[in-house]
Amino acid sequence: MGFAESFRQNFIEADRWRYLWDGLCTTLLITALAVCLGMILGFLVAIIRSTYLRTKKLLIPDLICRLYLTVIRGTPVVVQLLIIYFVIFASVPVSKTFVAVIAFGINSGAYVAEIVRGGIMSIDVGQLEAGRSLGLNYPQTMLYIIMPQAFKNVLPALANEAIVLLKETSVAGYIAIADLTKGGDIIRSQTFSAFLPLLAVAVIYLVMVVVLTRLVGRLERRLAANDRR
Amino acid sequence: MIDVKDLTKDFHKTKVLRGITEHIDKGEKVVIIGPSGSGKSTFLRCLNLMETPTSGEIRFDGKEITHLHDREINQVRMRMGMVFQHFNLFPHLTIKKNITLAPVKLKRMDEAQAEKKAMELLERVGLPDKANAYPAQLSGGQKQRIAIARALAMNPEVMLFDEPTSALDPEMVGEVLQLMKQLADDGMTMVVVTHEMGFAKEVASRVMFMADGVVMEQNSPQEFFRNPKNPRLKEFLSKVL
Repeated sequence: MGFAESFRQNFIEADRWRYLWDGLCTTLLITALAVCLGMILGFLVAIIRSTYLRTKKLLIPDLICRLYLTVIRGTPVVVQLLIIYFVIFASVPVSKTFVAVIAFGINSGAYVAEIVRGGIMSIDVGQLEAGRSLGLNYPQTMLYIIMPQAFKNVLPALANEAIVLLKETSVAGYIAIADLTKGGDIIRSQTFSAFLPLLAVAVIYLVMVVVLTRLVGRLERRLAANDRR
Repeated sequence: MIDVKDLTKDFHKTKVLRGITEHIDKGEKVVIIGPSGSGKSTFLRCLNLMETPTSGEIRFDGKEITHLHDREINQVRMRMGMVFQHFNLFPHLTIKKNITLAPVKLKRMDEAQAEKKAMELLERVGLPDKANAYPAQLSGGQKQRIAIARALAMNPEVMLFDEPTSALDPEMVGEVLQLMKQLADDGMTMVVVTHEMGFAKEVASRVMFMADGVVMEQNSPQEFFRNPKNPRLKEFLSKVL
């Protein structure tokens, strides 16, 4: 069977390209929502942790955060996904995509938290002192002085975390979500040819990652130029 | 205006301040000198509670401030400006925003009032053309003048200076001291930790020598430098003068 024939069979016949297209949309939807959830969780945890480290306040929330970080970073994301789907939401009828967003968001939040905490701790303590000496309280100093600087420093690392998450969602098929990876696999199971469908899946991921990485690189250079003003 | 009684401060096991009792009047310009590690910066930082004293009292306008809640501490800090050795300007904000941030966020002024005040202060520190520049574009001396303007924007009653010229290149020390002298002439109450003996002689109403966490000697600048009594002070002055 020639390439053209194989291509026709895998993608054109019975509109099989739709598996890839619909899968891609699902992958992007899960990634986008999980990135948002991860950022919210991550910033929250980072602020609690750095507040504890700098002021020794919020001991109990800090303990909870540390437990969260240890458990999430110490177990595979697939296991977390399975537990959230089959254990936590076992008797609750919710959409699988929702479960995936929760699982990947909670997972990503742990990594975002450590990135952001590093960013906060890298800001000179003199900035905090200057803010406090003017009469600003701790939250105001964080909001207006520390976070804008920390956020700018970690923006490239956060963007890279989002790119990693895009690839990590490829395990969503474990709970029978028809994402991009699963789409290619469905085609494989129908046509009994593995090469083209899986290659197509790989190329689509690669193109997305390369384009996004380029964008991050550009962002990074722009931020660096900003620093030299 | 500021009354300090038996103030001590420990860092872990190290006793940095070993009991300081002092009184600072309104309008006084107190200059604190002493070898490094003598506790002079720590003493200054206790006055606006950047450091929490281990024991003792600090009264500001008669009110005990060492056991206040955060909110009241912030009220106290609004009335005491502080200038740091390393300037600590906010690098992500323009010069004007550096100055207006605190008065606006603390609702002392609205945006327009704060900007007007900022321009007045920039005029006063001689840098009106830098309003829209960023800190990274300024020299060290200019940064410190802006830091002084930023502290003044809150209309403080006291200004605390923590080695304001120690991080500056020698040729920039003069412009900062000049500005501090103007401030002194305008009647501002000032507490200054410094190594600039010339400034102490010329501007101080009282010079204080600290070593080993206590005030060893203090006097009017004339007497202090002409007639030092404490042997540690004599030794110190022989090294720095």
